[in-house]
Amino acid sequence: MAGRVLDLDTPAWPDTYGTDAQPRVGFFTDTSVCIGCKACEVACKEWNKVPSDNQGFSGESYDNSGELGANRWRHVAFIEQRLPVGVEDGAPDDLVAEAARQNLVEEGLDPHRDEDGFRWLMSSDVCKHCTEAGCLDACPTGSLFRTEFGTVVVQEDICNGCGYCVVSCPFGVLDQREGDGRVWKCTLCYDRLQGDMEPACAQACPTDSIMFGELDELRERAAERVEVLHERGRGEARLYGEDPEDGVGGFGAFFLLLDEPETYRLPPAPVVPTRLAGSVWKAAGAAAVTMAAGIAAGFLGRRD
Amino acid sequence: MSPREKFLVPREKPTTYYGRPIVKPPVWKPEIPFYFFFGGLAGASAVLAATATFARRPALARRAWAGAFVGVTVSPLLLIKDLGKPTRFLNMLRVFKITSPMNVGAWILLANGGATSLAAGLNLLDEDRRGGAPEVLAAALGAPLATYTAALVTHSAIPAWSEARTEMPFVFAASATASAAGAAMLTVPADEAEPARRLGIAAAIAEEGITAIMHKRLGALAESYEQGTAGKFQKAARACTAAGALAFAASDPGLIPKLGKRRRSALSMAGGALLLAGSVCKRWSVFKAGFQSAEDPTQVARTQRERMNGDRLHS
Repeated sequence: MAGRVLDLDTPAWPDTYGTDAQPRVGFFTDTSVCIGCKACEVACKEWNKVPSDNQGFSGESYDNSGELGANRWRHVAFIEQRLPVGVEDGAPDDLVAEAARQNLVEEGLDPHRDEDGFRWLMSSDVCKHCTEAGCLDACPTGSLFRTEFGTVVVQEDICNGCGYCVVSCPFGVLDQREGDGRVWKCTLCYDRLQGDMEPACAQACPTDSIMFGELDELRERAAERVEVLHERGRGEARLYGEDPEDGVGGFGAFFLLLDEPETYRLPPAPVVPTRLAGSVWKAAGAAAVTMAAGIAAGFLGRRD
Repeated sequence: MSPREKFLVPREKPTTYYGRPIVKPPVWKPEIPFYFFFGGLAGASAVLAATATFARRPALARRAWAGAFVGVTVSPLLLIKDLGKPTRFLNMLRVFKITSPMNVGAWILLANGGATSLAAGLNLLDEDRRGGAPEVLAAALGAPLATYTAALVTHSAIPAWSEARTEMPFVFAASATASAAGAAMLTVPADEAEPARRLGIAAAIAEEGITAIMHKRLGALAESYEQGTAGKFQKAARACTAAGALAFAASDPGLIPKLGKRRRSALSMAGGALLLAGSVCKRWSVFKAGFQSAEDPTQVARTQRERMNGDRLHS
């Protein structure tokens, strides 16, 4: 990753907290054991009193809640795919068989169960609580702040509904709540953390797909887990967001995925907009100077 | 599996989650593109007005100050309306935050509002005013007021906005200058019009040229600006701006000396109105392009993969 053009770090955790600073906590969501039960979504809604919204059917497999937003702070993705075998309808049987074989070889899909490569992937998505959080940097009121646990939280009495964090999040996590105008997102159960309890979603997860803990420890656990999966022949297992060298300085809530991030509605290589602030402001400054000089130049020359 | 195994059939990988966007589209209402327009009008008008004051062109100066004052009065009202509750605007002023273009912009808007109101008032009261600190301050804050709104959109996770970060402020600057010249030309007498006419034409040409460069550099991402609603606004902006510049050129006494005074001023006014309309359409085009880009998850993924592969500049 290239260095930053302009260093715009604002002092935050742990510096501003002094002795009150707590170890940084987060989630490690291991999607290889997620069963798509959505207990995390329900627990989150109940504990945080998040309003209900869409009650209909989406037509997107067993996912009727779509994506993260103001009224959904945990979202379980339910990927149901018949992987395209890469041949046109009506192709000769031997070509279809060859394509199915490729599915088996490349994806590890078992054609005995379903010959055209059917699969389910499940994953519980959440705010990433980035080390370099785009929403926090963009917030013009200081409503978004970093807690003593290193997490990122919106203060609802300060949020003025400007919506700038919405376009600054590389993950599309934050959104405005209808009728309210303010922005809401996962707090990593800030209130529960202060009471020395684990977040509601992690407590409700029946398979421990959602693991809560100190970030350093979670990263170690994740590295071990991905190694185990690789040993078992699940070469597609990969960690997502665990690297402090990535475009957001590492996620506070990171994942073990079984396919490319895009499949889960996740960006493959997110970069916090703040890292590009140097070139943004340089261009805006140069344009301002050019404009002023251009207008002044318009007054030169003949006078009629 | 053997990694060297050869596949006979090309395979397509699913790369989106039911086609859902990866980044969220903006939640901004129609006030915002108009806010961009009025901010640009205010900023460029302040620079134009200050220069006219110092260059002793009182007729042009007065009209440009009026344009700047209108722009800087309407801008915060639009911003406040977008927030829903008026008092929410004040939350913006409880901090100064350099990492937030929205916050920096609010302060620029406020400071420019003060300076422009003062300078405009002084110029309207005293026709022979030679200019001083208020004019300098209004112009110095006016230029960034016109371009910071470009930084506001390019400092984001939306690919078609972010990847245009080098050119967008210049597009906004040109569009703002065109609108300021257009507004002045609506009312300025023919014999005082010259700098505004020249600037209007130059800004129109610059806007078209920089937009072409921006689209070329955006590559495939430029489709966000060229298709759908954004594309329609883009075409309308181009047509209005070109027609406005032509009308300005035709109203130039140097070009068609025989043209009557009435026709000349009619052309000036029509050109001014067209440049203003073009500037409004340009901001709408940029605004809508952000929505279209955000709604396409493949743009986000492709841009990031290009960056990973080193095909796209990082900073």
